[in-house]
Amino acid sequence: MSSPGSFGRKRLASAVAAVGALALVAGCGGSDGSATGGGKKDGKTVITMGMFGVMGFKESGLLEKYEKENPGVEIKAEIAGDEQTYYTALQTHLAAGNGLKDIQGIEIGRAKEITETQADKFADFSKTPGTDHFLPWKQSQITTKDGKVLGLGTDAGPMAVCYRKDYFAQAGLPTDREQVSKLWAGDWKKYVQVGRTFKKNFKGGKVSYTDSVSGLFNAMVYGYPQQYYNENGDLIYDKNPDVKRAWNLAADAADAGLSAKLRQFQPGWDPGLANGTFATAVCPAWMLSHISEKAGDKNKGKWDVARAPKGANWGGSFLGVTEKSPVKAEAQKLVAWLTAPEQQAYIFKKLGNFPSSEQALERADVKKVTSAYFSNAPIGEIFGAAAQEIPDKQVLGRKDGTIKDTFTQGLALVEQGQSRDKAWKTTASRIDKAVG
Amino acid sequence: MATSTTNALAGEERAGPPAKSPDGKSGRKRGALLHRIDLKGAPYAFVAPFFVVFAAFSFYPLIYTAWISLHHVELATLDSMQWVAFDNYVDLFKDSRFWNALRNTITIGVISTVPQLLMALGMAHLLNYRMRASLFFRVASLVPYATSVGAAALVFTMLFERDFGMINWVLGWVGIDPLDWEANKWPAQVAISTIVIWRWTGYNALLYLAAMQAIPADRYEAASIDGASRWKQFTHVTVPGIRSTIVFTIVLSTIGATQLFGEPLIFGQGPNGVTGGADNQYQTLGLLLYEEGWKNYQMGRAATVAWAMFLLLILVFVAQRLISRLRSRTP
Repeated sequence: MSSPGSFGRKRLASAVAAVGALALVAGCGGSDGSATGGGKKDGKTVITMGMFGVMGFKESGLLEKYEKENPGVEIKAEIAGDEQTYYTALQTHLAAGNGLKDIQGIEIGRAKEITETQADKFADFSKTPGTDHFLPWKQSQITTKDGKVLGLGTDAGPMAVCYRKDYFAQAGLPTDREQVSKLWAGDWKKYVQVGRTFKKNFKGGKVSYTDSVSGLFNAMVYGYPQQYYNENGDLIYDKNPDVKRAWNLAADAADAGLSAKLRQFQPGWDPGLANGTFATAVCPAWMLSHISEKAGDKNKGKWDVARAPKGANWGGSFLGVTEKSPVKAEAQKLVAWLTAPEQQAYIFKKLGNFPSSEQALERADVKKVTSAYFSNAPIGEIFGAAAQEIPDKQVLGRKDGTIKDTFTQGLALVEQGQSRDKAWKTTASRIDKAVG
Repeated sequence: MATSTTNALAGEERAGPPAKSPDGKSGRKRGALLHRIDLKGAPYAFVAPFFVVFAAFSFYPLIYTAWISLHHVELATLDSMQWVAFDNYVDLFKDSRFWNALRNTITIGVISTVPQLLMALGMAHLLNYRMRASLFFRVASLVPYATSVGAAALVFTMLFERDFGMINWVLGWVGIDPLDWEANKWPAQVAISTIVIWRWTGYNALLYLAAMQAIPADRYEAASIDGASRWKQFTHVTVPGIRSTIVFTIVLSTIGATQLFGEPLIFGQGPNGVTGGADNQYQTLGLLLYEEGWKNYQMGRAATVAWAMFLLLILVFVAQRLISRLRSRTP
């Protein structure tokens, strides 16, 4: 009787093998609801967040505060350093409909692309109460044509110039922020001119005037209402004289050898900050937290903040909630709380990320904010004044973020000694490829 | 396997109860049919898991990639595909970036593979001597291979850093100015090759060592009786003895070099990693694929690069077969 038994076992074994193989395949195709974000378990609501850079919510302890005030809510935040890397992953997750967090950060350079192509994957904030406190231009950037609001604004990016007082003193330049602001008031060309003086007079070793000329380029470009696209969504970067002017001035600075040729937001930038290899950085408000974190305590008080020659808005982000999130309502509530005026004011005081909420800006305590790290610079006043100069209308385009990154690389070529015309041609052909 | 199955068959016939019911005949027939299916089918069922997995994870993606490469598809809107026939391929072959990436893949491949295999050969030769703690050295040589690409590439990237990297620091002792490894073409390619060499030399050395130990000792004895020096023994006994292993490692390294991706991506850090340097000076085919897919979000063009890489490998393989056939024909 043993033989039929072994016979059956073998048949069973082959059946198991085949079924197992099929199950393997089926496992890849199927997707269950829990693939997106957190969820509710054991009476706890878990909300997941995906962010980039220093958006400040985790760093300032606001997430913990929310958890304390709302028992039963657990927030899991994942933070990528580099926005391009972050956005690539976000795009992949959106396309796959898998791996998304409940709350996702959206950078301004991606806002247009998200509103045009991914609107159905984000939840609508237009009916969320208490969200009418933003700067007039901020929320329109994340609103679709048919009025769906895909996120709430976090910060804005008014510009200033961060500089090292000790290096300026060694180069015989003024160190007081009022006088430094006057050095280049009104024109970015003067900023480059000061750089030439710095380079000539500084004798204290290997210190460059600025970290990377791409910062200068961005600051100039974002000072105009139109940058790479016009209002019809046509690509106009190659015809826009403002872009060309910014490119040429940045290339002038590169040719004059003013740049430390560092790549902003990449690991190589950080030791540059820590060891002080450059004297100035064109800094939007949100860059302050990065500088203070990476330059570290030993450089505390050496940095200061002066007004930028001309106002601009570089960066600033939004928080969106994914449509498929199992805890959509809770996530939207969290986002509304995180972007509320009090919290924006709190982050500004703590880290320097500038509020995009008009109500936050009107608060007296925001206007009076100073930064201990940056020699007690009155950053509330400096960035508040800079925010007034931000163009009320900013035309965004689908590939703004990618084009910005491509220009950054193009300017790196000029920094390496390539002619600006050749680098421009390379950049243009890359942009053609990128916009498809 | 076959014999045991026949026994099982015989066993069943012996043990089978006599057919009593009117449909007993057909029942036995069905049993026989099932049995035959089992006999013929079981081996296929046992190998099926591999082929099902292969079909799901290799064959289907391969075909689907080919299908995508004939379309204009963006990552954000994967469901709207626009048929463009072979336009992507035509564009790719006209694109200077493709030829640049191909050249870089070949040069980095040569810079990394040739020293790697030569060093592995030398290392295996040394390890083959009788010595103290040979097991330790053998294990140690495999450690780099066990390190993840990410960790290794990250550490080397820090070593090759321009301002505060250890390599520039050491070069400074002998009066060499700091080199911007990442920004210059050949230094960047050498640096990337270093990572590859570091990771794979020990692995190849162990393969060679295993092959060397299979060479009969009497060949060496005969050679030394004939008065062959150590070096002569190495070139005339050892190398011919492990020829097939050498060919195997060359094939492996070539495939690895064609697909080189992680090392330059991490070495470049961020946007420069994706484009293989600001000037594409170390962009390999793998990186070009990544740039098209995950920076430009053009899935059609990315799929085209993937297929071009695949076709190139086939081309190399066919060429290699042709050459070896021609060589074996000529006496």
